[in-house]
Amino acid sequence: MRRVAVIGVGNSRFGTRQDVNVAELAFEAVKPALEDAGATAGDIEFMALGSAGAGQWYEELIPAAVVAEYCGLSGAGLTRCEAACSSGSAAFFTAYSVVAGGVADLALAVGLEKMWETDTPTTVEIIGRCGYYLWEFHKFGMTFPAYYAMHATAHMAKYGTTEEDLARVAVKNHKYGAMNPIAQFQKEITLEKALQSRVIAWPLKLYDCSPITDGSAAVVLASEEKAKELRADTPVWIGGIGYSSDTANLSRRQDYVGLRASAAASRRAYEAAGIGPGDVEVATVHDCFTIAEIMAYEDLGFCGKGEGAKLLREGETEVGGRIPVNVDGGLKAKGHPVGATGCSMIYELTRQLREEAVERSRQVPLKKYVALAHNVGGTGHYCYVTVLRR
Amino acid sequence: MASTDFTLKSRPLTLAYQIPAGRTRRFWEGLREGKVYATRCPKCRKTYFPPAADCPNCLTPEMDWIELSGEAEIEAFTRIETQPASFQEQKPYTVAIGRMKSGVKVLAWLVDAELKDIRVGMKARLTTRVMPDGEPTYVFVPAA
Repeated sequence: MRRVAVIGVGNSRFGTRQDVNVAELAFEAVKPALEDAGATAGDIEFMALGSAGAGQWYEELIPAAVVAEYCGLSGAGLTRCEAACSSGSAAFFTAYSVVAGGVADLALAVGLEKMWETDTPTTVEIIGRCGYYLWEFHKFGMTFPAYYAMHATAHMAKYGTTEEDLARVAVKNHKYGAMNPIAQFQKEITLEKALQSRVIAWPLKLYDCSPITDGSAAVVLASEEKAKELRADTPVWIGGIGYSSDTANLSRRQDYVGLRASAAASRRAYEAAGIGPGDVEVATVHDCFTIAEIMAYEDLGFCGKGEGAKLLREGETEVGGRIPVNVDGGLKAKGHPVGATGCSMIYELTRQLREEAVERSRQVPLKKYVALAHNVGGTGHYCYVTVLRR
Repeated sequence: MASTDFTLKSRPLTLAYQIPAGRTRRFWEGLREGKVYATRCPKCRKTYFPPAADCPNCLTPEMDWIELSGEAEIEAFTRIETQPASFQEQKPYTVAIGRMKSGVKVLAWLVDAELKDIRVGMKARLTTRVMPDGEPTYVFVPAA
């Protein structure tokens, strides 16, 4: 396998983006990513597009071809990747594999989602169907907050995690969202406000849930020779990617206090990169709901099982702490355009590793220059963990 | 200048799928008789709920039907206050995952219980009910 570098990244502003259509939204990420890489659209040999809701949340059914045409990429090899909320990582993994395997020298991963073209109950319905429709939605009307709320009740019962602990995740991530100009929510919230917000699926309240978001992110990946040829000044290397999955039915899982796919994918990523959790200096984890961030700390080995809330309470996941997590605002405050999230995580970590996080206040101090992205699809149905290093 | 209220309405598309249920017919008919069936592999003896017509463990394509009964222990639950579009007529509902004595787990609504009385670890009974639309379903009720 060849070494692969990230040499260009771009990210649209996240939020309710009814000012642009889906192709125009992708363009907002593709253009800066190509410019950052010093490449042109015609240089891209292969593009993988991650999007979960094509033909559901938005009207285009073959968005890879639509986006490629709009961004001048027609002629490149194209595919769309679906791995629910980790579709962006699946696209990144595909582009990585193409370059690492020597099939192409320059590839593009694009993450894209347009979720505000349908009304909210319909959007909730489509996400809710992203489990096992036949057995868990058809008769029981499960929603995504509900799937994670079940993990919250189990985690609270087993480890004594509280509703206040969950709210603390929201407070932390909104604090960093307020420092991130691309974030959907750029204002801080108080613990009281989070705790007093309306219940969505008990014990999860409005501020425990990531929002409905439109957004795109793009990443240019290059072989070592191509990175040199394009004179990439600060290539960020892909140390390793781990992946795993779990059953479609939540009822077929071992337990509800963590995600087995996260633990397995991170083990593979650490092994591929030749590192351990203690080497990671900055991480983006999949905080689609507040409980998910607490479980991620544990599943990724940032702390022991059941110690996630303690790690958070002690401020270890803030800038200046032992392992800063989601200092871009996370899915919670930056927003969660489902298929874009995986690529947006790579955007953030690349900028952190280049020490160009937009606000210096959220730049993590680095010694080893090791970062980790953890992207979950569904309720741990899919998982991708990526280690990046400079 | 771009405007957020200048949009085009797409042509509407309404989808309702005809889902084949022939290979799990025993299960769906069982619900009408007040029974909840799982499948068991005659070769490797693994039990499956939801019922699988093929064994994912040893790939045997013919399964035995067994009735699920007795008490379950609740492992996780939630109460859904914000419903999806097709459940808008429903009042908020409680969903739980219960572990049956045989080891298989079931996800279903937990009815006849107040949220404040529900705990992880509580005992519940799996039974059948008819939904407001006349369709039979399976639910948990608190154990007496």
